This record gives sequence, C-alpha cells and structure tokens, in this order.
Amino acid sequence: MAFKRHIGRLPIVPANAKEHNVVCHYCIVGCGYKAYTWDSSTEGGTAPADNKFGVDLAQQQDAETPNWYAPSMYNLVRQSGRDVHLVVKPDPACVVNSGLGSVRGARIAEMSHSLPRGTQTERLTDPLVWRYGQMQPTSWDDALDIVARVTARVIAEQGGDGLFVSAYDHGGAGGGYENTWGTGKLYFGAMKIKNVRIHNRPAYNSEVHASRDMGVGELNNCYEDAELADTLFALGDNPLETQTNYFLNHWVPNLRGTSLDKKKAEFGDEPVAPARIILVDPRRTVTVNACETEAGKDNVLHLAINSGTDLVLLNALLTHVADKGWTDVDFIGASTKDFDKALAANRTSLDEAAAITGLEPEDIAKAAEWIARPKDGGTRRRTMFAYEKGLIWGNDNYRTNAAIVNLALATGNVGRPGGGCVRMGGHQEGYVRPDYPGPRPAPYIDKLLIEGQGGVHHIWGCDHYKTTLNAMEFKRAYKKRTDLVKDAMNAVPYGNRDALVEAIWGAIQQGGLFAVDVDIVPTKIGEACHVVLPAATSGEMNLTSMNGERRMRLTERYMDPPGQALPDCLIAARLANHLEATFRSAGKADIADRFQGFDWKTEEDAFMDGYHKHAKGGEFVTYDALRGMGTNGFQEPATGQGDAGTILGTKRLYEDGKFGTDDGRATFMETQWRGLQAPGKEEERKKFPYLINNGRANLVWQNAYLDTHEELVMDRWPYPFIEMNPDDMADLGLKDGDLVEVYNDTGSTQAMAYPTETARPKQAFMLFGFPTGVQGNTVSKAVNELVVPNYKQTWGSIRKIADAPEGVRHLTFKSKEYRAS
Amino acid sequence: MKRCDRLVDQGRRRFLAGAGLATAGAAATTFVSSGRARAATAPAAALVKYPANRLANVKDLRVGEPFDVSYPDENAPGVLLKLGRTVPGGAGPDGDIVGFSAVCPHKGYPLVYSAGDRSFNCPGHYSRFDPEAGGQQIWGHATQNLPQYDLRVDEHGDIYAEGIDELLYGRLSNVI
Repeated sequence: MAFKRHIGRLPIVPANAKEHNVVCHYCIVGCGYKAYTWDSSTEGGTAPADNKFGVDLAQQQDAETPNWYAPSMYNLVRQSGRDVHLVVKPDPACVVNSGLGSVRGARIAEMSHSLPRGTQTERLTDPLVWRYGQMQPTSWDDALDIVARVTARVIAEQGGDGLFVSAYDHGGAGGGYENTWGTGKLYFGAMKIKNVRIHNRPAYNSEVHASRDMGVGELNNCYEDAELADTLFALGDNPLETQTNYFLNHWVPNLRGTSLDKKKAEFGDEPVAPARIILVDPRRTVTVNACETEAGKDNVLHLAINSGTDLVLLNALLTHVADKGWTDVDFIGASTKDFDKALAANRTSLDEAAAITGLEPEDIAKAAEWIARPKDGGTRRRTMFAYEKGLIWGNDNYRTNAAIVNLALATGNVGRPGGGCVRMGGHQEGYVRPDYPGPRPAPYIDKLLIEGQGGVHHIWGCDHYKTTLNAMEFKRAYKKRTDLVKDAMNAVPYGNRDALVEAIWGAIQQGGLFAVDVDIVPTKIGEACHVVLPAATSGEMNLTSMNGERRMRLTERYMDPPGQALPDCLIAARLANHLEATFRSAGKADIADRFQGFDWKTEEDAFMDGYHKHAKGGEFVTYDALRGMGTNGFQEPATGQGDAGTILGTKRLYEDGKFGTDDGRATFMETQWRGLQAPGKEEERKKFPYLINNGRANLVWQNAYLDTHEELVMDRWPYPFIEMNPDDMADLGLKDGDLVEVYNDTGSTQAMAYPTETARPKQAFMLFGFPTGVQGNTVSKAVNELVVPNYKQTWGSIRKIADAPEGVRHLTFKSKEYRAS
Repeated sequence: MKRCDRLVDQGRRRFLAGAGLATAGAAATTFVSSGRARAATAPAAALVKYPANRLANVKDLRVGEPFDVSYPDENAPGVLLKLGRTVPGGAGPDGDIVGFSAVCPHKGYPLVYSAGDRSFNCPGHYSRFDPEAGGQQIWGHATQNLPQYDLRVDEHGDIYAEGIDELLYGRLSNVI
C-alpha cells in the first residue's frame, strides 16, 4: 500500500505568526517561500480574523489557493530554545515560482529536524570522534583540537600538499556565500591548498570551462527570456523534473501562448507566436511529453540523438545556419572574434552529422530553421539555448560546451531578450572565495587518494561514496586507508593527545588517511571518517545564494540547528582558530599569523567579510537590504542602491555587447569532433550491450541525503529505478521491480527494473547517486583534459539478481508520462 | 467520467486565465502495513471524526467506469472505481472497489481518469496517480499520494465511505 500520513487536519497559522523570507534550498531555481512560526501551545482559527490569511478557512479553498498547505509543509521545530509550529509554503508574490511548490521544495518543513514529530532525527547533533572503536560525541574544542593537531602535523611532514580537501562550492542546501567564503578563506586564503575538489567532481575545475574561456558567463539571461523566446533549444536537460518551477512558470506559458502579450509589449511590431521547442536527448523524457501536451507535436522537435554525439549536431547546425546566411552578422562583427576560423574548422555537413548522430538530415535542417531562419519581415529569430548535465557530464565536455556557445553567438542570442546561452543548473550558486591557488588542469583528487597520496582529508558536504565516478575502487582504497588510522587510534588511550596524534601519524606513514567530515547528516563516506562535525543548514542559519538567473536572496533563520550544530562558515573559522593556536604553540608564529581574520561570531560577520567586500557589487549588499527585498531579491551583480534601501541589479549580462574577455569580444572556438573523447569509452561501448544512461528524478534531491530519511520518497523509490525497454526486460526474464545487477569492467551496482515503453532498445536510464544502488560504481575513471568526468556515456551489462522484494511489490510501474485522456 | 471531463475543461480554461477554481477532494481507507522496512515517520497526527456516508450501491458500478461521488461533503469531489481485480484498499465482494479524491493534491486541479492505463491525470502540471496502487503518485509534484476513502460495503451492497487517509487539497481539516 502506498505511503499515507493518515492526517485529517493541520494546525492553522494564527494571524500573529512570525513571517520569514525563505528560498528553497534544493535546486537552482530557488523558489520563494515564506516560513510561518508560532508558539506550540496555540493555533489560529477558521474565522478570517483568526488566521494569517484573513479568510474563512471553514470553506473549501480554490485551486492554486495561497490559503492552504500540505502536511509536508508543516512541522514542529525548535526556535530560540522553544517548540514552535512551522509552516513553509510557496510565496505567490515571488516572481520565480508565483506560488508553485515543487515536490522537493514543498517538503522543506517536513525535511526539518523535529524530535517531537520524528523527522530528520538522524541529523548530526554533536561533534563525533573515533574513540574506543566507534564514533562518540565530544565537544567542539576537543574535536577541533584533534583535527588541528593532525592537520598541522601532516603539513609539517608533507607540506600543504598533504592536506586534501573536498568542499562544495554551491549555494542553497547548506552552501551559500557565507559558507563558501568560510572554507575558501581558510584553504585558499590562509593555507594555499591546491589538492581540493568540489562536491560533484573530482577536481577543482569548472563544469563550463569553455563558455567562460569564450567570455560568456554561463548564467547570462533571466527566466523571463524563456517566456520571450521564439524557440527554446534544450540540450541534455530535463527541466520538468530538475528545474521544475522554472519550466512550469516560464517555459510552459510560452509553449501555451499565454506569454504573447508580454512578447508584444517587449517587441512591438516584431512578429511573435507561441514558442517552438527543440529537445536534444537520447531519451524521451517527461519534459518532451509535457512540451507536446502544451505546444502540440508540430511545435516540438525531439532529437533523440546517439548518446554522446551532441558536438556533431551543434557543429552541423552552425554550418547550416551560416551557409543559409542566418547568422547575426552585425553582432558577430561588433562583439566577437574568430568566427570565420571556427566556422571553417567546425564545418560539418548535414549528412555527416546524420551518420554520426543517428538523426535524419531533414530534422537537423529543421532545427536550424527553428533556431535561426529570420521571421517574417526579416527580423532575427530569438532562441534561448539551455543545457545541463547531458552536456556537462557528457562526452567531450569542453568542446561541446564551446559548440553550443558558438551557435548562440553566431545567431546573436547572448545578451538579448528572448535569448541566452545558459546552463540550467543543479544547486543554487553562492560562490565567493579567494582564487584557487592550484594549476589548470587541477589535480585529479580521487585518483590521488586512490593512489595513496595525502595524509589528511577534510570533507565539507560531499559524499564521494554515492556520487563520484569509479566509486567502487574509490571506496575500496578509501576504506583501507582510513581503517589503518582507526586501528592505530584504537591502540592508544584517547585522553593521551600526544600519543594519539603520534599513532595517527604513524598510520599515515603506512599509507593511512585521517578523515574529517563536516555535514548535516551521517553520510556514506562519513562512515570511514575519524572526526565528524555537525553543520547547520538553510533556515537554521541566515544564508544567501543566487539562482539560475543570478537572483540573490536571503533565507532568514527560522529555527535552531540541531544540538551543537554550527554554520559551516563558523566551523571553518573555529578550525582556523585552532590551527592558529596549534602552530603558535609549536613556535611557528609566521604560519600561525596566516590564520588571523577568523574572528566571526555570526554568519553575517562571514558575509560582510566575504561577499560584501569581495563580490562584484557586494558593497551594495547587506542583510538589512536583502531582508527588505524579500523573496524577489535582486539579480547579480548589484550596481547600486535604489530607493528606500533597495539594491539595483542586472537583468541580463552582456546587454552592452561587451563580454568577459580582455578585449570585450566573445571568442568563437574551434570544436572538431573527435569521437568518444574519454579514454576507454569507445571500447566500453563496443564491449557491453546496454547504454547505462543516468540522471535525476524529480522526487529525489541530490544524492538523497535528506530523502533517504523521508518516507514519501523511500516508499516510491526504495531502490534506484532503471528504465528499460519492455522487450529488453523480456529478453532478460525481468518482471516489474525485479532487482538487477548492472556491471562492466569498472564495477557493479544494483537497480530496480522499470518498464518504459519509450525507452529505446538497449538504452537504459538509471537514477543517479542513490544510496541503495550507486550508479557511479560503473562509471569509468576516464575524464576530459580538464578532469571533468563523463558519467553519461557508460555502457554495461544487465542481469537479474532477484524477484522484486517485499518493499517493491506495492509500487506502481505505470508510465511516467501524463495522459490527457 | 463525464463530470470530471467537464471539470477539467473548466479547470484548464481557468488555469490559462490564471484564475482559481473552486474544487475539493476527499478521502480514504486505512491499510495494514506491508511490514516492509520504513524510514522513521511522524506519529499519526490529528485525525478528525468522519461521517459514514452512503456513496453508491455496488450495482451502480461498472468495471472501469468511474462513478462520481463526493465525500465527506458535497464540496469534496471524488470517484468510486470498480477495477475488476482485487487491489490495495479494495472493498466489496471482489475487493476491487476503491474510492479516491478527484482533486490533485498538488495545486487543486480536477483529475482526469485515463481508462487506457487506469490512471488519474492532472492537466495542471502533469501529475499522475495509480488507483490500483493505493493512489500512489506515478510521477508528479504532489507531496502526498492521492487521498483514498476507507470504504465499507454492507449486506445490501451499499457502499459507505468512513474516512480518508490524507489531507484533502484546499482544506486544513478534512471535515469542515
């Protein structure tokens, strides 16, 4: 039986409830919410005067009502040491989501720590240390003393390269400007560490290096552009699932034609029509189906490309557009360079592209027409280009990223209304740090850890065990190395600190690794660690981030962090304080002095030290100003102060035609096709029968670090699904929900078979980064020239392990596609 | 499912116009736990006293044809469905009669029954629910599975709803 809460009523928000600005801390879209809190012993009433909404709640409320909240939007939490009711519901006044709540964000309240209601009780509450053979609670000073002493010892013996760091660089979800500045100032400012990686990739690099190298920042338009475009070009993304309310609130109106008035107001006499959309994806996603539902099949072009061949398609589109004379010659001349050189180098015919991509030449030509053939009267067609992990984690990331920017620039679609060439994004952003002190390409951190390098590893909000590539080998090596240190720690009394540090160092010399994990929940990699430090997340601290259109907001603290948990920025500061003391007591005053400037008492102190002083336009941005700007905030960069303490922002980047290069001209790039670029991928493709395509599901946020404790999610997906063509399932003797093993020469993992009529034969799609079946186990270690991983092009075999277990038998296995009748 | 079709037309028009639509949904059934491992869950919170309302007689139902009802009051539209095979929460002699709220728990749009694969579909934002799996959301945006009625069939074949297993969209108490 499907999970049900058996709730027949909820407490009513009283008229005097406190109201707090909240931005959803899950995906990049950053929907606006409001949190309401009030004392646990009271509630409002149904009479209009007795509730926050001022309406008669004894009446059935309409569809889309702002006066209702789901059980998932309610909880009972601690605030300033007292129990309070909490309701977190979508904000109808936020221009991002206009009151829509996604299946992730609408669970913010339920995914909060509550002992009375038993939600997220797994949250870390105390610093933990390895003591007497298991993790035990201790004080912050004790835990940080061990971390500082071991870290200082390793640096003294091995130099700065002995310290490895895995640190998220994102906003939202416990990230944000305060916290990236905290770790950035510590590791890049004070310590100049180069062996650092990011939460979702094994090096300190950009996912969109090429776009940046060309002078085109990857978040250059605004969400309204999706309402204004003539054509939407979506490559390697699935926005209905993964940027849900951006799609529903800004793409769908254009596909339906309900944004036509906005277009007419913006563009005057220019011909306008409901949008057409091109979707490039080997898989028919729910987004494709929704687009057909809204725009009609004639206005949707799904290019079901051979996996990994996007670059060829993009080069062919550029060639065809240029040959037809559909480029924006004036823009190319005024704002770019190297167009002719790139066009010559990238020249690809429709037939050549068709042969490699598996598409029909006519469909590629049709896509080119939809993108760039001038409209009636000769006006330029406005096309918005949007890409995400299908490109970013796909074959030949650097060149493919460049190729899509080439196409956008050639058609004059950057810095213009209805245009943009943007990544869709995963997390929100919230990055302000001193420059990374390492080289380019950056060190391949996971590989170095597997090889035995480094003596101490600090981990901030990352879980390699679930999300890295070549994950089985990583786990094998990591466990072995960290177990050496655990055994050494077991051999000495915990209270003898000098002996403990000596024992740890002895184990490190034998190939051991001392590991410190900072997180909000127990993680898989945390099981290998020797110190675990409890962090606060969004809403338990004040936190600033920006979304996919650079919209910056402040989420206000509305509840207490669990136990002793602290914001990451303050953990970084206290670690810096301990490192300073450790070096000073060792007589190394020169090193100790580098750790000054970490005297922050609050996250606002970190914000003022970091973003306010160092971000572009940061001098105009304060917590007070952000509070006043609510859930709409402003779009970065800030350019000044407006009336009544508001912050002036930037709707689109590059509207003046000046780009982020030394001479201000965007640079076209040569992007020749070179097959499957990552070493070994072509051989893997030939050897194994199934494409193990992989990605996200709307219900699951990131690697399910909170969802794994949420019954609604785990009831639906107790195991990661693997969508398979029903004929393939029949060939393998599989029934709905049977557990299968997915395996290749890199590793193996498990998944739950999900019959999918639209899945192409021998092309499976597996949920990525899920705790009960890690797809990354089967992803080879191969990366591109800048150490960007290639998750999407994975091939393997599939075989049955077992019939559907008990926890699976009640599930529905019907198609995920909406049916109008 | 004539009435639901009508509601959908109405819902779509109003959705396109950006206006709200008065709807409601309703109710459910309680089931024995399957015994599978589950994450920690909140205790069963605030329940309300439900009326026992006669919704139909088994003779009114045809396999695969939704029968419009409302529960626990007239502002809470729902459907009874005879599925032709025993399903979770199924009542009646064949264990194949189920009742659900006909309102999407995401944003309150009226659901459409698709006979092709026996699913409820929301024209607002494409969410889907499976009446053969306790109203489980097949795919969608709702943070609840579809509210299901607790049904009882008496010796005369009269079908009564006596409770609902989730909160209905648009009301903070299922009984108002």
